[in-house]
Amino acid sequence: MADIEAPLVAQARKPGQFVIISINNEYGERIPLTIAGADPEKGTIRLIWQRLGKTTAELADLQEGDEITNVAGPLGLPTHLEKFGTVVCVGGGIGNAPLLPIAKALKEEGNNIISILGAKNKELLILEEEFAQISDELIITTDDGSYGRKALVTEPLKELCQRNAKPDQVFAIGPAIMMKFCCEVTKQFDIPTQVSLNTIMVDGTGMCGGCRIEFDNKPKFVCVDGPEFDGHKVNFDLMMKRLNAYQDQEKKALEQYKEHQCKIEQIEP
Amino acid sequence: MTDKERQQLLQQLLEKQKTDKLKPSDRYDIPQQDMPEQDPAVRRGNVNEVATGYTETHARLEAMRCLQCKKAPCVNGCPVQIRIRDFVTAIAEGNYKEALDIIKENSLLPAVCGRVCPQEVQCQQTCTVGKKFKDPTKGVSIGRLERYVADLNKNSDSVPTVAAETGKKIAIIGSGPGGIVTAADVRRAGHDVTIFEAFHKPGGVMVYGIPEFRLPKAIVQEEIDTLTKMGVKIVYNFIVGRTRTLEQLLTEDGFDAAYIGVGAGLPRFMGIEGESLIGVYSANEYLTRANLMKAYDFGRGADTPIALSKKVAVIGGGNVAMDSARTALRLGAEKVYLVYRRTEKEMPARIEEVHHAKEEGIEFHILQSPKRIIGDENSRVVAIECLKYELGEPDDSGRRRPIPIEGSEFRIDLDTCIMAIGNGANPLIRQTTPELEFNKWGNIVVDENCKTSMEGVYAGGDIVLGAATVILAMGQGRIAAAAINEYLAKK
Ligand SMILES: Cc1cc2nc3c(=O)[nH]c(=O)nc-3n(C[C@H](O)[C@H](O)[C@H](O)COP(=O)(O)OP(=O)(O)OC[C@H]3O[C@@H](n4cnc5c(N)ncnc54)[C@H](O)[C@@H]3O)c2cc1C
Ligand SMILES: Cc1cc2nc3c(=O)[nH]c(=O)nc-3n(C[C@H](O)[C@H](O)[C@H](O)COP(=O)(O)OP(=O)(O)OC[C@H]3O[C@@H](n4cnc5c(N)ncnc54)[C@H](O)[C@@H]3O)c2cc1C
Ligand code: SF4
Ligand code: SF4
Ligand code: FES
Repeated sequence: MADIEAPLVAQARKPGQFVIISINNEYGERIPLTIAGADPEKGTIRLIWQRLGKTTAELADLQEGDEITNVAGPLGLPTHLEKFGTVVCVGGGIGNAPLLPIAKALKEEGNNIISILGAKNKELLILEEEFAQISDELIITTDDGSYGRKALVTEPLKELCQRNAKPDQVFAIGPAIMMKFCCEVTKQFDIPTQVSLNTIMVDGTGMCGGCRIEFDNKPKFVCVDGPEFDGHKVNFDLMMKRLNAYQDQEKKALEQYKEHQCKIEQIEP
Repeated sequence: MTDKERQQLLQQLLEKQKTDKLKPSDRYDIPQQDMPEQDPAVRRGNVNEVATGYTETHARLEAMRCLQCKKAPCVNGCPVQIRIRDFVTAIAEGNYKEALDIIKENSLLPAVCGRVCPQEVQCQQTCTVGKKFKDPTKGVSIGRLERYVADLNKNSDSVPTVAAETGKKIAIIGSGPGGIVTAADVRRAGHDVTIFEAFHKPGGVMVYGIPEFRLPKAIVQEEIDTLTKMGVKIVYNFIVGRTRTLEQLLTEDGFDAAYIGVGAGLPRFMGIEGESLIGVYSANEYLTRANLMKAYDFGRGADTPIALSKKVAVIGGGNVAMDSARTALRLGAEKVYLVYRRTEKEMPARIEEVHHAKEEGIEFHILQSPKRIIGDENSRVVAIECLKYELGEPDDSGRRRPIPIEGSEFRIDLDTCIMAIGNGANPLIRQTTPELEFNKWGNIVVDENCKTSMEGVYAGGDIVLGAATVILAMGQGRIAAAAINEYLAKK
C-alpha cells in the first residue's frame, strides 16, 4: 500500500476509477491499479496492490520518497451510485481495496451496507477496520478458517440472498473466479450484480483493445466501457484465460528480477 | 550502378552543364537513384532502419532528373505545397542548406515526411518525369531528397526564434505530428504553450505505431527537443477528458485557446467469431507493445510481454498491416501471412512498404478474408477460417468491391492473428465535451480554418480527417496555428 502524490488525479477521481502506472520510462510495463482512496487537499491517492509479478514486486520494493515515473488517470467510468436499499459488498483478497471507496460512497447515498470480506487466511485480510466503520453488517470468511468463518464468500452471499428481504444490489470485486461464482449465485435469485474487472491493459484509453472482454456476446473495452459491468453478462471463462495470456513470460521476468535482487543484496549487505 | 559509376556519371553531367544546359532527354537518361537499404535477410533480424539514406552523389544525380518544369505540377500534389522544384534545383546545384530552408517554409518535419509520406499518391503522382515513364514511382524521388537534406542537418542546435511573450496560454492536446507542428507555430508567436499527452512519451503514432525500422524514434525525439528548447511545456500521463476536461482547461486553468490533435485511436475489429481469443491482437496493441513498450527487449530489460509467435496472420492491406507483419517477423515469427480481401493494386499501403514486406518474406494472401477465428481448449488461437473473394463493381471509394465466393472456406493454421483493418475515432473527448460538434463517425467537425464549434478550440489530424497521414495532420496543424494566432491577436 502507498499514498502517492498525484494532485490532479486526486482531485478528479471518483469511486470505481483507476490509474495506470509505470516505474521505468524506457522499459517499464504499464499496469492498472484502482484508486483505493484519495485526499484532494494533500493531493495524494492511495494505491493498494498485491505482489504478483515483476512490476508489483518492484513497486513494493520502492522506499518512501521514491518517485513513480508515470501515473496516468483517473481512468474508467466511475461507479454508478444510487440508493438501491440493501447492498451486499463482496470483496475477495486484494479486491477489498477497490471495493472500499465504492462501499463508502454507497453508504453515503443512504444504502444499507452488508460487507462480506474473504481472504485466504488471516494475514492476507486487508481493510477490515475500514469496512467495519461503514458496514451495517460485516461478515469475514477465510479459506483456512484462521479467522472469521471457514468458507468461501459465496456461502454467506447465498444465505443473504435466501433471506426474506433479499438484497437489492450486489457489488463483487476480487479474483475473476470469485466474481464468476458470486454472479452464479446472484443470478439464481435475480439480484443485479456489479463486478469490477481486472483485465490486462496497456494504454487504458480505448486505443489498443487489449482489455476487451465478451459482454452479452459482444466485445467491450474494460478501460473505457468499465471497469464495472453487469456481472451476469460477462464471459468470465474467457476473461480468466485472457488474464493468463503471458503467464510463462511473466514468470520468467519475475524470476529474473528476484535473481537480480538477490545479487544486489549480496553485493550491498 | 556502382558507387564509382555513379560518381563518374555525376562528373560527366557537371562538366556538361558548364558548357550548355542539360536537355530533358539527358535528364531522362539518368537512372533513378535507388535508396541504399539493409539486405532483406539481415534486416528481418533487427529493428534498425531499413533504408539507410542517400549519399551526396545519389542525391545530386536524383535531383538532376528533375526537369524544373515551369508549372511545377509536383507542388500541387503535396498537401502542404512545398516548393519542390526549387528545393530539388537547389540540391542539383549542391546548395543543401538552401534546399532545407525552402522545405522548412512549409514543412516542419522533413526528416519524418521524407520517410513516411505516401509520395506515389502525393507529390510524385503529379511529377512530369513519372508521367513520362507512366509510373509515379519512377518520378523524381522527392521524399528521398527531402530526407537527405533533413538528415544532413541532424544534430543542429538551431532553434526557431520566439517572439516576445504575449502572456496568452494555449493547450495542445496530443503530441502527434499535428500537435507538434501547432505547438511550434503558436509558440513562435510568443504564446505560452503546454502540450498534454496521454502516454508517457511524445510523438503519437510516430512513436507507438510506426516502427523504428521505418522511422527511428531519435528523429521524433529531436523534434520534441526543439520544442522544449523553444519553451513549450509537455505534460505526460495527462488524459484530457479524464485528468481534466477541455472545459476545465479553458475556464478554470486559464487557457485562452486549444488545439485538439488526439488522433483516431479506436481499433476496429471485424465482429467475427473468436476475436477475443488469446493471440488475437489489434494492430494498435501489437505495435504499441512492440514499439512504445519495447517488447522486443522483453527479458532483456523491458517488462512488457508480447506473443512469442511462430505463425502470424495480419488482416488488412494498409501501412498499419505492413508494419504489423514486418514487426512480427522481427520479433521472431517464422511465417507471416498478410491476408487482404482485395488485390495488391487496391492496397492502401505505400508501394515501398509493400515492396519491402515482400522482400523480407511476408507471404501475401490476396482476395481472402477471415470468416471466423478458431481457438483451442485454452482459448488460444490456432487457426483462421477464410473465404476467398473476387472483385465486383467499384464502390464509393472507387476501388472494386470484394465479394466473397460461397463455399470457398479454407483454413490457415497460426498462433497469432493481428487485426489491422483501421481505426475509428476515440470517443473520450466526445463523451466529456458535450459542446463540441462531431459528425456521425465521431470525427470533430471543423471549418476551413480548423476551427471547431467551440470558441477558441481548433482541431486537426486523424480526429478530424479519419485515419489520414502525417503530412495531412501537419498541414492542418499549420492552418490551425495560424488561425489561433489570429484569434488571439484580436482577443
Ligand atoms: C482496472 C484494474 C484495477 C486494478 N486494481 C488493482 C488493485 O487495486 N490492486 C492490485 O493489486 N491489483 C489491481 N489490478 C491488477 C494489477 O494490475 C495486476 O496485478 C498487475 O498488473 C500485475 O503486474 P505484475 O507485473 O506484478 O505481474 P505480472 O507477472 O506481469 O502478471 C501477473 C498477472 O497479473 C495480470 N496482469 C499482468 N499485466 C497486467 C496489466 N498490464 N494489466 C492488468 N493486469 C495485468 C495477469 O493476470 C498476470 O497473469 C487491477 C487491474 C485492473 C485492470
Ligand atoms: C502503424 C501505422 C503506420 C502508419 N504509417 C504511415 C505512413 O507511412 N505515412 C503516413 O503519412 N501516415 C502513416 N500513418 C498515419 C499517421 O501516423 C497519422 O495519420 C498521424 O500520426 C495522425 O497525426 P495526429 O496529429 O492526428 O495524431 P496522432 O499521431 O494520432 O497522435 C495523437 C496523440 O494524442 C494522444 N491522445 C489521445 N487522446 C488523448 C487525450 N484524451 N488527452 C491527451 N492526449 C491524448 C495520443 O496518445 C497520441 O500521442 C500510420 C499510422 C499507423 C497507426
Ligand atoms: S511533404 Fe510529403 S508530399 Fe510534400 S513534398 Fe514532401 S514527401 Fe512529398
Ligand atoms: S514535376 Fe517533377 S520534374 Fe517537374 S519540377 Fe516537379 S519534381 Fe521536377
Ligand atoms: S487498455 Fe487499451 S483499450 Fe483498454
